[in-house]
Amino acid sequence: MPCTRNLLSDRRIWSHPILTFKRGRKVKFFFEGREVEAYEGESIAAALYAIGVDIFSYSIKLKRPRGAFCMIGKCSSCFMKVDGIPNTRTCIEPVREGVKVERQKGLAEIPTNGGESDVEDEEVLETDVLVIGGGPAGLSAALATAKYGLKTVIVNEHFKLGGQLLKQTHKFFGSKDLFGGLRGFQIGEELSRKVMGNPNIKVLLQTVAYGIFRGGWVGLAGKNKLYRVKPKAVIVASGASENFLTFPGNDLPGVMGAGGAQTLMNEYGILPGDEVLTVGSGNVGLIVSYQLLQAGAKVKAIVEILPEIGGWFVHAAKVRRYGIPILTRHTLKAVWGRERVEGATIVQVDEKFRPIPGTEKDIECDLVLIAVGLTPDTRLFAQAGAVMRWVPEAGGPVPLRTRYLEVSIPGMYIAGDASGIEEATTAMLEGEIAGLSVVTKLAGPKAEVIERREKLLKFLWDEYRASPLMARAKAGKESVTVSEEEMEEIRKWNPPFVSFGVR
Amino acid sequence: MESTLRFIRGEIMGENTLNFRSTGIIGTEELRKLGLLPPEERLAKGPVAIVECPELIPCNICVDACHLKAITMEKIIDIPKVDWEKCIGCGTCVALCPGLAIFVVDLSKPDKALVTVPHEFLPAPKVSEEVWLLGRDGRRLGKGRVVRAWERNKTWVVTVEVPKELAMEVRAIWVEK
Ligand SMILES: Cc1cc2nc3c(=O)[nH]c(=O)nc-3n(C[C@H](O)[C@H](O)[C@H](O)COP(=O)(O)OP(=O)(O)OC[C@H]3O[C@@H](n4cnc5c(N)ncnc54)[C@H](O)[C@@H]3O)c2cc1C
Ligand code: SF4
Ligand code: SF4
Ligand code: FES
Repeated sequence: MPCTRNLLSDRRIWSHPILTFKRGRKVKFFFEGREVEAYEGESIAAALYAIGVDIFSYSIKLKRPRGAFCMIGKCSSCFMKVDGIPNTRTCIEPVREGVKVERQKGLAEIPTNGGESDVEDEEVLETDVLVIGGGPAGLSAALATAKYGLKTVIVNEHFKLGGQLLKQTHKFFGSKDLFGGLRGFQIGEELSRKVMGNPNIKVLLQTVAYGIFRGGWVGLAGKNKLYRVKPKAVIVASGASENFLTFPGNDLPGVMGAGGAQTLMNEYGILPGDEVLTVGSGNVGLIVSYQLLQAGAKVKAIVEILPEIGGWFVHAAKVRRYGIPILTRHTLKAVWGRERVEGATIVQVDEKFRPIPGTEKDIECDLVLIAVGLTPDTRLFAQAGAVMRWVPEAGGPVPLRTRYLEVSIPGMYIAGDASGIEEATTAMLEGEIAGLSVVTKLAGPKAEVIERREKLLKFLWDEYRASPLMARAKAGKESVTVSEEEMEEIRKWNPPFVSFGVR
Repeated sequence: MESTLRFIRGEIMGENTLNFRSTGIIGTEELRKLGLLPPEERLAKGPVAIVECPELIPCNICVDACHLKAITMEKIIDIPKVDWEKCIGCGTCVALCPGLAIFVVDLSKPDKALVTVPHEFLPAPKVSEEVWLLGRDGRRLGKGRVVRAWERNKTWVVTVEVPKELAMEVRAIWVEK
């Protein structure tokens, strides 16, 4: 059955075993001239998906229909013209009354706006610490610096705080004092509440840190306002983006990142598909499959190219109990459909991961989830000229850093998925460690701060990461962690172009 | 700790002996080897927790969950160890375990066994209704009556009647919409 729904369909979820969707008031906006409805609090991309829009753009050369992939502002597949501004990331742009949205065909025209700029204001921000990213790592970092009296600004390009925690409906591992046992979104709410109530923290939402400049200046772009800030220290916790796969049909609407689907169903209460094939059996693939089942979808199978399941056994057991097969030694061969995925062909592989001819199987589905890992978002480090290394175990190129999470740019710190893919608990631990390191640097070494930092470091490296299943991520992080002395040596050979704070 | 050490030494996770990492299904034999299965005598006495958590997850929520201190660990990544003499099968840990990996089995009744499982799907289960009994591979093993159901932070803890021979097989329920 081809999945061509008209604009009258509603993919919103109205009852859910875990979540209660608090929808805002109804607003009307325009999609290619047609008046359509949405709820306040939804992103434009989510609102369009909810009413049945699968095609978000057409490819530049062949005008192939394209869908949205990541839903967190990292992949550019949702670019649309919004109130005349092309290339707007509609997945992190809140819907509002009367907004005009149009699909782009090919390259967009540069907006001229009669020669006038939309920027209303420019401001020089005064702060001790700038935290880039409002996920678990950034929020924990800011709470640590603010606790010791440092004035802290958090910038977050999304219109909500919490990062990936917002869409995690499962309960987290860990221990009670690490928020373990709470559901991810509950942890996100708790951290956000603490941050919003802290007088030393200023939060700038829908504001992106776009570059690091000579003299230790950072450029921030808000909705209608630009900021320049020269912080004494900067902590970058920009998260990660989902990996893509190459296969015929991979650009068809309905091929979506597992995190993208999770955002739609758990943040906005919109069912991303009815019949699903998941590619990848890591924790993200397993958890999102379970959550799709909770949201009312049917998950036909999870395919995994390796002979073993990638994620924790307990997460795998959860989906197996409801009859979802996990097909190890299988991969995706192709996806087919006209304007949206209508099915996929999977195939068995041999020990060398070569497809075995004759083992192909067709699976009818309208959603193919890609859950094959994440890549750290380290663009700001690369741009600032931090010394980096390609580390497959960390998920991509990441900067070298000390145990205290300072990179080769003095005064610049890293935490969370950006520092190498792990998970939310380690992101919170790294965030606090980076925050305490900034406190030590700016306010001088305090016994209490050093003690707390050592305790966290010891727990993180010797206990939390001691599990054999975390060995790979740990090895990756170890390979880019250097001593203070080694970092000084690295700086001698690669003199930093910029630094933060007094040295 | 003993089982953790054996795990690290590869005695338990030896490649050919166990296959739950490729199937997502753990068998009673594997549970027994890991020290996660209570002895027959204990099972016959009354409800007791069965923790199907065979990997070194950095998690100790079950340790804190049990007010009787029946579950212990030395390090956060250890496999939970249940003191079956202390455990009364109350099911609190079933509700709180983030891995939904804990079950309670009661083999003390003459005709039926009672199995307690976590449940996070709609519709919510109701006492005395018949629900599908699912095995670890999702197979429908028959229907059973719900005798108890309570909820904590959106996880339902559901006790169902099952035929005695299925007490070690039934690990989930499905409520028909
Ligand atoms: C798609 C996805 C799915 C996941 N699913 C699971 C799961 O099911 N279970 C689990 O335990 N873990 C999961 N994780 C892992 C876990 O959620 C992450 O490890 C954790 O959220 C990382 O925290 P963080 O603070 O480093 O980054 P994030 O939570 O990604 O937060 C980064 C924030 O920074 C903002 N930002 C980025 N760049 C800029 C910039 N230049 N200027 C301003 N703001 C910026 C982003 O908008 C975002 O809000 C998932 C991660 C991803 C990306
Ligand atoms: S069932 Fe109750 S008594 Fe037994 S381990 Fe769990 S919480 Fe403790
Ligand atoms: S709470 Fe559950 S997942 Fe965590 S260690 Fe205990 S049994 Fe394992
Ligand atoms: S940037 Fe919007 S879907 Fe990826």
